[in-house]
Amino acid sequence: MIIAVASGKGGTGKTLVATSLALSLKDSRKVRLLDCDVEEPNAHIFLRPVITGKEAVCIQVPKVDEKKCTYCGKCAEVCAYNALAVLPDRVLVFPELCHGCGACSYLCPEEAISEQGRETGVVEWGNADGIEFVQGRLTVGEAMAPPVIRRVKEQADGNGVVIIDIPPGTSCPVVEAVKDSDFCLLVTEPTPFGLNDLVLAVETIRQLGIPCGVVLNRAGVGDNKVEEYCRKENIPIMLTIPLDTEIARLYSKGITLAEGMPQWRESFGQLFDSIKETVDERNRSLKR
Amino acid sequence: MREIVVLSGKGGTGKTSIVGSLAALAKDKVLADCDVDAADLHLLLKPSLKEKTEFWSGQTAVIDEEKCTRCGLCQELCRFDAIKDYTVDPVACEGCGFCFHICPVDAIAMEENLSGHWFIADTKYGPLVHARLGIAQENSGKLVAQVRQKARQIAQERNLDYILSDGPLGIGCPVISSLSGANAALLVTEPTLSGIHDLERVLGVCRHFGVTAEVCINKYDLNEENTRRIEGYCADQGISVAARIPFDNAVTEAMVRGKPVVEYASGRVSQEIEKLWDGISGIRS
Ligand code: SF4
Ligand code: SF4
Repeated sequence: MIIAVASGKGGTGKTLVATSLALSLKDSRKVRLLDCDVEEPNAHIFLRPVITGKEAVCIQVPKVDEKKCTYCGKCAEVCAYNALAVLPDRVLVFPELCHGCGACSYLCPEEAISEQGRETGVVEWGNADGIEFVQGRLTVGEAMAPPVIRRVKEQADGNGVVIIDIPPGTSCPVVEAVKDSDFCLLVTEPTPFGLNDLVLAVETIRQLGIPCGVVLNRAGVGDNKVEEYCRKENIPIMLTIPLDTEIARLYSKGITLAEGMPQWRESFGQLFDSIKETVDERNRSLKR
Repeated sequence: MREIVVLSGKGGTGKTSIVGSLAALAKDKVLADCDVDAADLHLLLKPSLKEKTEFWSGQTAVIDEEKCTRCGLCQELCRFDAIKDYTVDPVACEGCGFCFHICPVDAIAMEENLSGHWFIADTKYGPLVHARLGIAQENSGKLVAQVRQKARQIAQERNLDYILSDGPLGIGCPVISSLSGANAALLVTEPTLSGIHDLERVLGVCRHFGVTAEVCINKYDLNEENTRRIEGYCADQGISVAARIPFDNAVTEAMVRGKPVVEYASGRVSQEIEKLWDGISGIRS
């Protein structure tokens, strides 16, 4: 089962929830945590994994053989991202703009284009006290997160529970990370910003046809509009974490709830049980 | 005219609340909300809409069932696994057009995407340009570029001193788009290990694109040991810490009332944000 942990707005505690959930389940099942927030991966701070392997993520960018090239201009014409410009006696390649689609090399009539990998990030894996850990890191200065996310997502198979830490927001990196999940937990806080971004996140997740539930973090500040919204939209609030200086202090030191306040493990276990119930129920009705 | 982008890397550091207050403090500026993915600044500034424009960007492949002979070439060649059973999954499609170019019977068309909207609004603090990326859309970087371009135009027309921009989260495409060519960045961080980690990465992006940065430590009293670590790190990097702002529930209370905190409470938070605005006079001119 794949559980995505997301939040429209960043900084609502999604990493805290994802890592606490993983730690609360690891003694009873096989758990794998994928950190797909590749722009700012933080799960490792809380889980402190031992990294045992790593691999570069590369985009295949064109390399033009000037000996074969006749400067016909075909490659620049087909590239949707303006990553190639053909001058009368030269071809300019802008590797940062290339999405690695392969159209130019395939369509070059002179077969003058080959491809070479350009590293834009890394995928690392290891073990955190029994939790299988995988994370992606976008190289600083690189723009495109989705290829790195895709590579991390390849590790989302296998049996057991896969928990994915999703990047914040609602755009392409989020969709790339969330799709194919069985369930999405949306972590939010009871403030106007929290609500605004939750509404956007719900729209995104619903468009992907994935069932979702809410974790309300820092309850006690703000107002009760998030609760009203969830009631109206029929979205279950599956866990409430209060605003608590002790939790905030632990968080600042990179300590999860499951570790710093072990009494929370039970709540996370129950959270998992209700997710499982929803997913099983849905699978049954899809079969029918 | 100076363009200052406020970034944080990590969400939840209080970036937008600070931008909202700077908006109330700064004179003669245009505001740009470049966090097009989950824009919140308008919730503090109560804008009245003047202009709404569609944002078309990128394309998606569509296969004409009638013409398609099911040869399967497109499926085989698409590197984004966007074609299954001779239909295109619009979410997976990157709009590269490879399939369109190679389909032997011309059964594939590329359709333009309506990727979002951008808005010009008036607020009591000055004009605001903001945007909304369509749900699950790509090209947030291009939408950010559009917002900035419009903000710059307004600043020029009205002869304003500043563009104050609320930047996107992370370090990827929209951040790069909000940063390249800007005059300075203010990095809002918090004294948590995640905050420190993300600050280092976002500072790396500023360096990469040659943009001068200063740091503001928000909620500094949450963990003073980490605050000292950040200060030490900044000193090593030769970056100045423009302000340390304490944690205060007044920030959330102000947000609930839809106001910048400097207009809601007069306590220490507000005083420190005022000092911040004076403190960054270096990168302001
Ligand atoms: S691989 Fe695709 S995106 Fe890259 S240069 Fe060639 S046509 Fe353009
Ligand atoms: S346009 Fe590119 S990404 Fe989209 S379906 Fe065609 S080949 Fe795949």
